[in-house]
Formats: sequence, C-alpha cells, structure tokens
Amino acid sequence: MLIIKNLHASIGGKEILKGINLEVKAGEVHAIMGPNGSGKSTLSAVLAGRPDYEVTEGEVIFNGKNLLDLSPEDRAREGVFLAFQYPIEIPGVSNVNFLKTAINEIRAYKGLEQMEAKDFLAMLKEKQKLVELDVKLANRSVNEGFSGGEKKRNEIFQMAMLEPKLAILDETDSGLDIDALRVVANGVNKLKSKDNATIIITHYQRLLDYIIPDVVHILYDGQIVKSGPKELALELEERGYDFIKIPS
Amino acid sequence: MTAIIIENIKTKVSTTGKLEDLLISEFESTKNSLFGNIFLREQAMKSFYGQGIPNRKQEEYKYLNIDLHLKGEYTLKNNKTLASKQIEPLRILKDAFTIVVENGVFNTDLSTLTNLPEGLTICSLSEAYKKYPQIFEKHYAQYADINTDAFIALNTAMAKDGVFIHVKKNLAIANPIHIIHISKQDQNSIINPRNLIIVDANAQAKIIESYEIIDSTAKVFNNSLTEIVVEADAIVDHYKIQDEKSFGYLLSTSQVIQKKQSVFSTHTFTLSGSLVRNNLNVILDDEGIESNLNGLYLTNETQIIDNHTLVDHRKPKCNSNELYKGIIDGKSTATFNGKIFVRKDAQKTNAFQSNKNILLSDDGTINTKPQLEIYADDVKCSHGTSTGKLDEDKIFYLRARGLSETSAKKLLMHAFASEVVDTIKINELREYIEAKITIRFE
Repeated sequence: MLIIKNLHASIGGKEILKGINLEVKAGEVHAIMGPNGSGKSTLSAVLAGRPDYEVTEGEVIFNGKNLLDLSPEDRAREGVFLAFQYPIEIPGVSNVNFLKTAINEIRAYKGLEQMEAKDFLAMLKEKQKLVELDVKLANRSVNEGFSGGEKKRNEIFQMAMLEPKLAILDETDSGLDIDALRVVANGVNKLKSKDNATIIITHYQRLLDYIIPDVVHILYDGQIVKSGPKELALELEERGYDFIKIPS
Repeated sequence: MTAIIIENIKTKVSTTGKLEDLLISEFESTKNSLFGNIFLREQAMKSFYGQGIPNRKQEEYKYLNIDLHLKGEYTLKNNKTLASKQIEPLRILKDAFTIVVENGVFNTDLSTLTNLPEGLTICSLSEAYKKYPQIFEKHYAQYADINTDAFIALNTAMAKDGVFIHVKKNLAIANPIHIIHISKQDQNSIINPRNLIIVDANAQAKIIESYEIIDSTAKVFNNSLTEIVVEADAIVDHYKIQDEKSFGYLLSTSQVIQKKQSVFSTHTFTLSGSLVRNNLNVILDDEGIESNLNGLYLTNETQIIDNHTLVDHRKPKCNSNELYKGIIDGKSTATFNGKIFVRKDAQKTNAFQSNKNILLSDDGTINTKPQLEIYADDVKCSHGTSTGKLDEDKIFYLRARGLSETSAKKLLMHAFASEVVDTIKINELREYIEAKITIRFE
C-alpha cells in the first residue's frame, strides 16, 4: 500500500528526515517510536503534504501513485488520513457541515454522486457511537473549546467518517487519560480491516497495549534505526531511548 | 475666431467649477419649495459652505479622498421612474412594512403601509412637518449637528424629503419596518435622503435601511442621514444593508440618541459600492443603557469602505459592545476608526470594541484606528484589532480532510463573517445576507 524509499525532507533549510525507508501493507499496523526531535511529526506532515516541508530526495508510492506529486486534498481523497497531534480549532465552521463538504468533495473526486442527506445523517449517528463522541460536540464548531481528549476523539470520529485506506495517528495518545485512551484505541480497532492500514506515531508504549502493532520501528535522527515485532516497544520502554544510540 | 475662444473658456469654467458652488446655486433656486424651517436650512448651507467638502487634510477624512471622488458634474433632479416590479427583488422581508425612497424622495405608491398598528406613524418628512409639527420640531435636526460635519450640514440644507417613523409609548411592533433607498439615474447625481425615527418610552421596533442602485448608467452620490431617538426603556434593532454596486458613492450618517435603560443594536453590512463612508454616532445620554454596534464589510477591486463610529458614554452604568469585521480583496481600501468617549460622569462604564480584518490580496489596504478617551476612573474598557491573512494551519487542516484549497478558504471566510452575521435577529434577513455573502465568495 505504502512504500517510502530514501525519503529526505527539510524545513527552513534544516534537514530533518535523512533517508527513511518503510513499507506498509494493507491490513497492517505499524508503530513508529522515537525520542523528541527524531522526525516523527515531520514524517507525518510530509506524508499529509504540509506545505512548509520540502522533500529533497526519495519517493513515496501510495497504491501505485506517486504521493508526493499530489496536493494535500488529493492525498486525502486517495485515502490518506492524518490524525493531527494538535487538532486545529476552527470557530464558526460546524463539524457536521465541514464533514459533509469533505465527504462530498472526496466522492466527487472518485466520480461518485453527492451523499443523500439521510444517508449522511445515519452514518453520522453510527460513527458517533463508535467513538463515543457526544452528539453536542459533533454539532459544535470544529474543535472549538474542546478539551484535549475531545479533540483527539474528534480526530478519530473524522477518520471514521472519511473511511481512509491509510490512517496516520500522530501522537494521538499524548495528553489522554487512560479512559480516553481506551475509547480512542477501541475506535481505531473497530475501524481496522484487511483493506486498510494504520501507522501509529508515539513516544510511549502505552497505546500499543490497546492497538497491537505488527511491526515497531524506531526513528532516530531522521532515520529508522531499528525495526522489530511488538516486543521492541516494551524493550524500548524498559531501557529508554539511550540504547539505540549505540550503533548496532 | 473670437467666438471659439469664448467657447473654450466656458467649457473650462464649467468643468473646474467647485461642486460647492453648484450646490449653493441649486439651493438658492429651490430653497423655498423645501419642507421645514428655512432658517435652519440657510444656517446649514452657510455651515456647509464654510466647512467645504472634506479632503485628506482633515483628521476625520484622513484616509478618504472624498473630494477627488466627487469631482465631476452633477444634477440634483429627482426623477420618478421606478416600476413596481423593479422593487420586487428588494422586498426581502415578507411581513415588513416597506417604504420605498426613490432618488431620495418618499414614493407612496411603491410603499406598502396598509394596516399599520395603532400608535405607529410612517409618512414622509414633509407630511410630518405639516401634520405633527410638535414632535417634528422637538426632534428634527436636534441631534445631527450641522457644525460638526460638512455632510450633515449639506443634508440638513438640501434634503428634499425622507421618512418619518414614530412609534408611540409602550407599543412593541413585531413586523420589521424596511426602508428601501433606491436610486435609478442616467446622469451623475447628488441626493440627500433624510430619515427621522422616534421610538418612544418602552416601545420596540426593528428597522432596516437598505441602499440600492438599479438600472443606472451614472454615479450617484448619496448623502444620507438618519436620526434615531431611542427613549427610556425602548428597544431598537437597526440594520443598514449597503449594496449600491459600482455606481454607488454613499455617505451614510446615523445619529443616535439613547435615553435611560434603552437598548439599541445596529448592524451595518457593506456588500458593495465604489465608495462607502459610514458615520455612526451613538450618544448614551442617561444611565443603564446598552448599545451594540456590529459591522461587516466585504471589499474588492478598487472599493473604498470607511467606517467611523463614535460611542459617547455620558452617564454611569452603561454598556457598549462593538464588533466590526472585514474581508479585503483586490486593490480595495478599508478603514475602521472607532472612537469611544467615557466622560467624567460615566462611572461604571463597560465599553468594548473589536475590529478584525482578513487581507486576501497583496494590494489591499486596511487602516484601523481605535481611539479611547476615558475621563472617568471606575470603568472597564477594552479594544482590540487584528489584521492577517487566512490562517494557513486551518487551510491545511481542511485540505488534509479532502477539501480543495478554494472551498477551505470559502469555509473559513464564512466562518469569519458568521460572528457578525449571527447577530442578525431577523431570520429572513440573516438568510438574505448569508446568500449575498455566498455569492461574493464564489
């Protein structure tokens, strides 16, 4: 589904990603762990197409298409979803209105007709339940005045509505208490299928108790320095990031 | 040969002749046919001539070279040529009492003023001068001071007609009152429409003034003036919808006086017009008053939109809230100058002001100038202003969900405008404005 080859990227002239190689297949869950400043968030931003980042080398193939050639909206329409580490507040834009516009633009891209209002409402209801999102929050302005946990839950709600092929969760666990973490993880697990894939970017191992990864990668100084089974996350938690600094 | 030379000089004189001179000669020839007190009109003309049309050397008109925009030749004739069906699209409120003012003159035939409730008077100013002399004399030209602004003086001297609205004590009118100021001209023209609105104690009214130009081929300089009296405990909800397109040169003054514990809310929506200058002056003349001033301006091309507001807190325990927002595109210029006076007696005043702008183009200009003058010591006052481009982080967030860049921007502009649009209390009017905004953002 996703093949990243020798990806280099920089921001403001400073190189952050220094040759990332990664392959994610349909049905898989990958976790990317790493200390602060290792390039975790840069990787997710580059994949989603944030304009401030410059890709200087390498390529990203998503379902046969060159992802880096696509605008952010076309990446979303092709099925890439980024759950933001810091979801943006947009006063005056209702969650529901925004999602309706998003879904219909995605459908238009695929040559499908606009969604019927009643189908949209039914879907809204079903997905709200799935992520246990308060109905009141769904009707409010996007993330405005939401608590940290509500914002993260709203990201997963949007993911549920947009049904992406590849979901990238950028530190979705940060700032979540254990109950909120369980709800978010539960939502992600329910959305998992053999046709879609998930990349979980995290600093801590805890989320991986709830969403079991197939592969764990360790990102350090802009490169993936180690990959292994889920036990690697536990080892990392126990020994700290220091052990990866020793060249293996 | 001689004849040709004389001809040339004549042409030269008529194109460089001062507009003030044209106005005074027109005034002299028509003054005896105008309604009201001729002594007042003569005083006003004298004051206008003394002040002259403002230029950028005057502090209040620093950002507006209105003198240059008014260069050219004008007629002051007011023809009546509108057909009823031309008004239909502008009758935006189903249940409203509608008054049509054509080229500055009250058009009874096109107005719908049947079944007015007992205690509500709506008629032309010239009729009010004859039929209700007592109340007319008590209020007319008592608030808009001819010596403070040249355009107030000009209007007071030359107003041919206008609208008189009087809501009697304790009467709450559910239906909105809609004044449609409409111009239709094939020669450059100057009009001076005038309105006097009096809402007595404990009465309530919703009043909409819209400004439109249709089917025209020449520019209209519309120097309009509305005086509004809000007596004790009265509640007035007031709207100005300004949509005069490229022929519109609108100078729109609202002079408001509020008495004890009254509530006055005004909303100014500037949707189009080559030049719009709003002078909105609200005097809080007693205790316990609430004033809300909201404004939204959407500018484009080479438009000039200039909002000047004055909130004058004269007595204790009053609240004023002001919110003006603008979206500026093209080579247009928007100005916001918000003055708040808190006088020595006005203790326990709460006065808040906010002006926010989005600049869409590199060639647009915004001048924003909050001015607070506070002479009391126990008050809460604040003002804030911000100007910026559309937030890139928000645009990216929306695009990352599949919205095109264009629809992301549209959604954000709607969201920005909605803070002001949502203050409209009349549903039909809010829908009308929303639809207008949607068209503008296409």
